[in-house]
Amino acid sequence: MIDREQVLHVARLARLSLSDEEVERMSAELSGILDHIEKIGELDLDGVPPTSHVVEVTNALRPDEPRPSWPREVMLAAAPAVADDGFEVPSPQA
Amino acid sequence: MSDDVLDLTAAQAVEKIRAGELAAREVFAAYRERAAADDLNAFTWVTEDVPQNGAGADAPLAGVPVAVKDLFCTEGIPSQSGSRILEGYRPPYTATVVRKLQEAGSPILAKTNQDEFAMGSSNENSAFGPVLNPWDRTRVPGGSSGGSAAAVAAGRAPWALGTDTGGSIRQPAALCGIVGLKPTYGACSRYGMIAFASSLDQAGPLTRDVTDAALLFRHMIGRDPCDSTSLEFPGELELPSAERLDGLRFGVPEELSGEGIEPGVLETFQRTLDLIRELGGEVEPMKLPHAPHALSAYYILAPAEASSNLARYDGVRYGMRAEGATDLISMYTRTRHDGFGPEVKRRIMLGTYALSAGYYDAYYGRAQQVRTKIAEDFRTAFERYDFIVTPTAPSVAFELGAKTDDPWAMYINDYCTVPISLAGIPAISIPSGLSEGLPVGFQIAGPAFSENRLLDAAYALEQAIGFDGAKARAAA
Repeated sequence: MIDREQVLHVARLARLSLSDEEVERMSAELSGILDHIEKIGELDLDGVPPTSHVVEVTNALRPDEPRPSWPREVMLAAAPAVADDGFEVPSPQA
Repeated sequence: MSDDVLDLTAAQAVEKIRAGELAAREVFAAYRERAAADDLNAFTWVTEDVPQNGAGADAPLAGVPVAVKDLFCTEGIPSQSGSRILEGYRPPYTATVVRKLQEAGSPILAKTNQDEFAMGSSNENSAFGPVLNPWDRTRVPGGSSGGSAAAVAAGRAPWALGTDTGGSIRQPAALCGIVGLKPTYGACSRYGMIAFASSLDQAGPLTRDVTDAALLFRHMIGRDPCDSTSLEFPGELELPSAERLDGLRFGVPEELSGEGIEPGVLETFQRTLDLIRELGGEVEPMKLPHAPHALSAYYILAPAEASSNLARYDGVRYGMRAEGATDLISMYTRTRHDGFGPEVKRRIMLGTYALSAGYYDAYYGRAQQVRTKIAEDFRTAFERYDFIVTPTAPSVAFELGAKTDDPWAMYINDYCTVPISLAGIPAISIPSGLSEGLPVGFQIAGPAFSENRLLDAAYALEQAIGFDGAKARAAA
């Protein structure tokens, strides 16, 4: 069961604002989903290594060579707000 | 004339163009016209241009165009992953698999509608509205590659690209009566695919038949320096030609072929097993003991990866930004509130919860252990069997709105596809008949990088089944 306080805590971690109605619904829905998911708690998994990658691959490395990057104006073109050749955001202090 | 073009599979069109019997431009124009007039909501963008005649005709894919799922980045073309939060986004580059297809002579015809960030099994989670199933417009096409599946089934694209994380190619292919291949994890580059769950996401073809799937897939594979999880395909990808299944052993997992599967789907499944026997294959019931836990593990792992991948949508670098926020944090939180739909929010919350302090070991850690057990189940099975077969989806296409109120009822659509995704192995869904007048998919899975054998077996079975998808094209 995930209560209102937990929903609000997780939403803060996820940088997601939720309306009161969404908080209510999320609490009920996540609790319902977790009831199903928690069945994996019944399995005996002692000593089973967690999967890190499904296909056996050891390090995929390449030479560390400098390459040209995207031009600044291309990267700024899709931004919602731009100022002084950078991404414009509201002040963290406001 | 254009009706004749539409009767051809993509591979047949390629052949005719290369033989000089058909103009590439004519194929492109016929499909462009149908895509532009689409009323299934299968597309989010359709090209205005028909390339000049001759362009690409000498290339292996001869200029036969492809419809591309919205989440593939395509330079200068809207790529929004079905989400409001990427409203208006036109990427500065093109995804590797799309670029490879362009280079092989398959230009982009259109972008296709999808569930938002590929999260869904019905296409009802798209910010651009649901796609309708061409077999019955009151029903869903499946998801998340629902636009790609509906477009191919309705003859509005010769073939299409989709992505599969837990079943998002195979399930819509099944519900729309076409072929869908989910390749081995790493066979295709993920570079330029807008990420959902990176350890599971794979690009693959949605096509009218198995030969088309092989031909398109042949030009998608290969290691890409831009995706360090991509791998070189071992050997050549051949076009399928098998007529028989002599000596091949097909395992039928009890856990995925009984309880929870609709009776009509099971009947069609049993008939297909009979056809395998008639073609000389051996069919045997077997067990994948951890498969029933796959869905639980998947709905921890995929949301966990998604919650991390989707952290990048913060209203700073691309897409939309909520108006009026006066400080940085509320700009983030309000943008994400306004930009994400309900299912995406649900999965971000679920994933963030599963990764949060105090819960990580019980959820994420255990789910990764279950994933190891599931992969082991398959490895053991393939010591005895060449292929594992199941129904692709537990039901035929359901009615729009039927499962939108109960997340778990929707998730259960992935019951037979998710174990394979967690194991990273390839699987194909082929249409195997009708139940209640709606298509039923048959899923064949094989070991990692067994795509050649998988396509061959699917081809032999396809010839024996003789499925006719013309009704969906005629209705459209």
